Amino acid sequence: MKTVIIKYNAGNIQSVLYALERLGVSAMVTDSIEEINTADKVIFPGVGEASTAMQYLRERNLDELIKNLKQPVLGICLGMQLMCMHSTENNTSCLGIFEEHVKQFETKEPAIKIPQIGWNTITALKTPLFKGIAENSFAYFVHGYYAAKGKHTIATTHYIQDYSSALQKDNFYGVQFHPEKSAKAGEQIIQNFLAL
Amino acid sequence: MLTKRIIPCLDIKDGRTVKGVNFEQLRDAGDPIELAAFYANQGADELVFLDITATVEKRKTLSELVNKIAHKINIPFTVGGGIQTEEDVSILLQNGADKISINTAAFQNPDIINRFAKNFGSQCVVLAIDTKLEADGNWYVYLKGGREKTNTLTMDWAKKAVDLGVGEILLTSMNHDGTKQGFALDITAALSSALAVPIIASGGGGNEAHFYDVFTTGKADAALAASIFHYKEVAIPHLKKYLNEKGIAVRI
Repeated sequence: MKTVIIKYNAGNIQSVLYALERLGVSAMVTDSIEEINTADKVIFPGVGEASTAMQYLRERNLDELIKNLKQPVLGICLGMQLMCMHSTENNTSCLGIFEEHVKQFETKEPAIKIPQIGWNTITALKTPLFKGIAENSFAYFVHGYYAAKGKHTIATTHYIQDYSSALQKDNFYGVQFHPEKSAKAGEQIIQNFLAL
Repeated sequence: MLTKRIIPCLDIKDGRTVKGVNFEQLRDAGDPIELAAFYANQGADELVFLDITATVEKRKTLSELVNKIAHKINIPFTVGGGIQTEEDVSILLQNGADKISINTAAFQNPDIINRFAKNFGSQCVVLAIDTKLEADGNWYVYLKGGREKTNTLTMDWAKKAVDLGVGEILLTSMNHDGTKQGFALDITAALSSALAVPIIASGGGGNEAHFYDVFTTGKADAALAASIFHYKEVAIPHLKKYLNEKGIAVRI
């Protein structure tokens, strides 16, 4: 099985690579269109800012490539957000794979910190991505923007309001949390993805 | 619900843990990787590695160590100690660190906060502040591992640093550090109330009730401790069970 991690200007790609290595999977980090097209599994990671990341993808035609992939694709964190329709982060048009929109967390409650940093629960779990994962399992989140709940929601988390902590449409999966840093539950989710 | 984080801190010198650690479960308690994996399995929510290696040439040892830790543990970790340039940060992140912490270098040259946040994202920039309550009733910033006093108030520096882009603040009270008499609740609560970023409280945690106090009265988002975990005075699974029973949201 060939697993690739899409290389672009929004990492921390290394953490994903090492998480795969812990599971005995050696992945290729690449921005080569041919390598990505011929992979069995594609991981689209990302930490950073939406408009800069989208611009980088467009300049290299990676935006069209990702949208047209037929094999299982897993977006992580910003990767998942970029797979949505639009992000209010610098008013960015995203890939439009998921119809959900990405907005910034807002609260008037000073005790609630933005971005959300830490461990939160995932519930209403759907699809084989969460096979063997108990409801209310913990996952590690770091994000200031969130995807609203919509028809592609396959996991829900509560922070200020309920939002999509995972999305799925056809072969495309996205998780807002970092499975590569979410202890045993995260490892199981990565293994489930690789088994799709 | 977002949970409060429990963070063990490991001091590293020349690639080894410094404080005497006594766990019979470990073959080599001086091995940071084995200790890190032990804490991760115990339910630690994150780890902090603080490098106190004196010489620059030994820094390579640190990046190699970070790489090994990143291959071994499946929870987030922060690395601090002597970080001054983008290259320092880049090497640590490329080797798998999730966050870096900066202290004296950021105070002396606040522009690096801005640059680090822009280049690597605020989420990976932790500002460590060593603070001390003086006789005048004010909390001041100290530098160089607490050896050098400044005339800057901790609240002022913290606010400025958040504006410049730090993602979290690791606040250590020098008055409380090592006392095991509890965390500095007032300054922790003051910072947490005034700032939009998470506050990690450090210094003084000696028993389970101290953690309850710092998460409630102290309004901390996370609490860090070293020796009480290393010397098994507080066990993480028991601490989390205690906090959970007292109504504090923790990851169990």
